[in-house]
Amino acid sequence: MDLTGKKVKIKAKGKIFEGIVMPSVTGSLVLKLDNGYNVGFFDYEILEIEEIEKIESKTSLTKNPELPDVKIISTGGTIASKVDYKTGAVTSQFTAEEIVGDVPELAEICNVDAELLYNILSENMNVKHWIELARNVYSALKKYEGVIITHGTDTMAYTASALAFMISTPKPIVLVGAQRSSDRPSSDAAMNLICSALTATSDLGEVVVVMHATTSDDYCYIHRGVKVRKCHTSRRDAFKSINFIPLGKIDYMKRKIEWFVQDRFKRGERELELKDKMEEKVVLIKFYPGLKPDILEYYYGKGYKGFVLEGTGLGHVSTEWIDVIKKISEDCLIIMTSQCIWGRVCDRVYDTGRYLLKAGVIEGEDMLPEVALVKLMWLLGNYDLEEAKKYVKENLVGEITQSTKYWESMLSFFNSKNK
Amino acid sequence: MQSTTKNAVDYNSVGLKVGIEIHQQLNTKCKLFCKCPTTHRDQEESNFQFFRYLRSKKSEMGEVDKAAVEEVKRSKRFIYLSYDTTCLVESDEEPPREINMEALELSLLIAKMLHMNVVDEVHVMRKIVIDGSNTTGFQRTALIAFDGWIDVGEKIGIATLCLEEEACRKIEDRGSEVVYSLDRLGIPLVEIGTKPDIKTPEMAKKVAAKLGMILRSTGKVKRGLGTIRQDVNISIKDGARVEIKGVQDLDILDKIVEYEVIRQISLLKIKEELIKRGAKVDKKIYDVSEVFKNTKSKILKKAKSVMAIKLEGFSGLVGKEIQPNRRLGTEFADIAKTFGLGGIFHSDELPAYGISEKEVEEVKKRLEAKEGDAIILAAGESERVKKALSRIIERAEQCLLGVPEETRKANEDGTTSYLRPLPGAARMYPETDVPPVKITEEMLKLEIPELIENRAKRYEELGLSKDLALMVAESQFYKLFEEYVKKLPATVVARVIYTVPTELRKEGYDINVLEEKHYRIVLKLIADGKIAKEGAGEVLKKMIENPEMSEEELINSVGGQSGLKELETFIDDLLNEKEELIKERKMGAFKPLMGEVMKVFRGKIDGKVVAEVLKKKLEVKTNIK
Ligand SMILES: [Zn+2]
Repeated sequence: MDLTGKKVKIKAKGKIFEGIVMPSVTGSLVLKLDNGYNVGFFDYEILEIEEIEKIESKTSLTKNPELPDVKIISTGGTIASKVDYKTGAVTSQFTAEEIVGDVPELAEICNVDAELLYNILSENMNVKHWIELARNVYSALKKYEGVIITHGTDTMAYTASALAFMISTPKPIVLVGAQRSSDRPSSDAAMNLICSALTATSDLGEVVVVMHATTSDDYCYIHRGVKVRKCHTSRRDAFKSINFIPLGKIDYMKRKIEWFVQDRFKRGERELELKDKMEEKVVLIKFYPGLKPDILEYYYGKGYKGFVLEGTGLGHVSTEWIDVIKKISEDCLIIMTSQCIWGRVCDRVYDTGRYLLKAGVIEGEDMLPEVALVKLMWLLGNYDLEEAKKYVKENLVGEITQSTKYWESMLSFFNSKNK
Repeated sequence: MQSTTKNAVDYNSVGLKVGIEIHQQLNTKCKLFCKCPTTHRDQEESNFQFFRYLRSKKSEMGEVDKAAVEEVKRSKRFIYLSYDTTCLVESDEEPPREINMEALELSLLIAKMLHMNVVDEVHVMRKIVIDGSNTTGFQRTALIAFDGWIDVGEKIGIATLCLEEEACRKIEDRGSEVVYSLDRLGIPLVEIGTKPDIKTPEMAKKVAAKLGMILRSTGKVKRGLGTIRQDVNISIKDGARVEIKGVQDLDILDKIVEYEVIRQISLLKIKEELIKRGAKVDKKIYDVSEVFKNTKSKILKKAKSVMAIKLEGFSGLVGKEIQPNRRLGTEFADIAKTFGLGGIFHSDELPAYGISEKEVEEVKKRLEAKEGDAIILAAGESERVKKALSRIIERAEQCLLGVPEETRKANEDGTTSYLRPLPGAARMYPETDVPPVKITEEMLKLEIPELIENRAKRYEELGLSKDLALMVAESQFYKLFEEYVKKLPATVVARVIYTVPTELRKEGYDINVLEEKHYRIVLKLIADGKIAKEGAGEVLKKMIENPEMSEEELINSVGGQSGLKELETFIDDLLNEKEELIKERKMGAFKPLMGEVMKVFRGKIDGKVVAEVLKKKLEVKTNIK
């Protein structure tokens, strides 16, 4: 009999213990004692079992006509987490309403509607989820001034890219998460969420990621969705804009946005449009010294139509690969990106690069490999091969910059300006 | 006023119950949940700082802790100093590592020394603490053992032993911000709680001393200021359970208990009086800033707002002493301070502090206060003042009920100040990032070390005085004592490792630079007769000046010409010089010659050694002749 959640009285070690049964992973009986501690018992005798009432808290939201309406779509992840009784682990469990009950400051910024679309870990997201989410966001944008999507941080940047290509948006679409689970007092969830609400009601018309800018609770960055990457496994400031600067930053305590990028997509600039087809037969391959081109043939044989290569340096793979690339590029699209992450691909400097271009590889410019992957899925889903090839090197939603700059200096300049 | 402070209290009839909670830092290599060292750092050595805010959260049981909520109301900014000896775990930027097994094993040993039952499986919990002293907003803690006892003439029960992480060191409280140092965060700590078996202040002190002695007997706990703290739980009949935090000085423990009993008795008397008067509390907070527009009170003049509350029938009682130099009004002021205000003014002490009679009258008029009513004034930023006063209203209402349950802070004079409401049991939930640890039979096979008090008894038998025996037994160098007591008299060894260094410390020498190897050299020199036992102080001084000096250099530096070689040369010369005398008296010349040698080498080379060398050389000389 599963005793989890029940109050029991047991005899162990010559003493009577009372407590609530907690989930156990080791086969022990874990009791939460009256003093608050959990303790595991292996040798015990149960004397009494008692049902306890579950405490449920409900939040109801009242609308303030002065404030803009924002939709929060919850997909799971650390920003909406709770202790799971079954496994004892922190998992995505909160409903979207509970997020609002948790962060009452949101009600000072906007009227929040909330919907729990998924409750999945972000590593379990796939292309079908992106499409469903895009459709959901698209219809929300017709009614609301902005949309916030709470998302696990692991694959948040992928989802941001997917939405950026699929939805031409006149309003902000903000992805937000947390690096410290929201059950703890030090969680970054509340601050990130408050800053994302400020972003969702701002003068913006694109897909962005809003997360801590530093390890302190001072401000958040607004990262362009197609220019951001999770760069640290655990830190609050894990998200960095790559080959670009954040669009702006939000002062948490002052509740104020400072824009760094003036030629961002502004509110109302674009027409709302949805192009939600995605070609799933696209693959991202990271090259390493000695990797054989068989891998290309394998995927080609499986019917894959798009290949993003994460090459070395300026964008290279072994010259051994050239024949295979030549063969498959006739009816496939191959994009070269760099595992350097920072900088632009250029295959015109060395012989290998020139051979690769000749064999049919297209340079991915300064796109992140994963952004190139999502872009390729979208291009192949919505255009024919020749058209798609044309769009690879074209900047569609901010994924490619015109010229490469000293981004980090620009950012520190902006940050020091108002000190 | 007639004071309860001077009357002796019959602790039995007031039903005093005391429990002690001891927090002792463990001297392990690494912290409890990361691989950082447990070393103390100066704040100047910090190479990075950051700040955070904390929010209170619902626990897994759906309840919110009362103490936690009060902290959040204050919403301070917490600044943390980071070092090259701290990592992302302390900064709450990385999940904790698995529990430090060295610390766990040590806590099992202590449990065994306290005759406790150990749990089958250790589960680490998160105990909500949102005063910022933990970056996470909780303290990681695990219940290790329960139901033990110690013997202090009578058996006192030990309720629980927990292994937990130490909190940050508080550097500065700036009111709306607090600065903390991360060096201390995460040092393993054992928390030992007695049962409320203690019935007198003296017994409380005795129990704390005994527990401290047992902990130090492991030889693996941290020593020095701040490495051990006592919390005391006190209640009396009709009073309430009050938790007093952070008693660092064992010597005032009995006083703290005594004063808390006095406080609770006084509060009960105030309650009786209030009920007799039909007192009640007006819940309204009045803005009286206008009254003080042109006040002579500097504090009120520069304040953004001044507000007042009315306590009907409290007149004369707010100023009543409840502990030496502390009044009921002081309790209200403590609350104001926790909200970042300087304090309060109350009508029992006014007019004073630049506040005029007229101003007091005006406030009373605006509040429609009557003869027997008391007024409380608070000043500062209006949100803070409102929050503080509404909390003071709550506190005043509790005066009508008796003694409130609360957590208090120990002051140096043995009195206590209000800190926060008593935390409830709802403040814990599992630390899911740390897997539970099953306690195996193997882990419990631990050898119990000799207790310091028993060791001291042994040393007494070796001829040390009772006090000195205890000091040497407590010393971190007691093992050195045991080693050298086989070669030298116990009093000599005790002098070297305890008495002399203590004297040097009083003279202002920094004896902390001396390590075991230094004392070992000194003892060796004495045992080998290379220096006299009286010369130990000189050698130790040299070592303090230059801790890296070699044995040879040390011998040469004390007394210059000492050392066996010099002795031998001197004796050779002397024997040649006194040839006549030797011819005449043979071995009988020993005594006068010894006198000559000792004139030069007294205090530098042990007399026994001198005698030995002289005797040998004299024999050779007389045999040749
Ligand atoms: Zn660390």
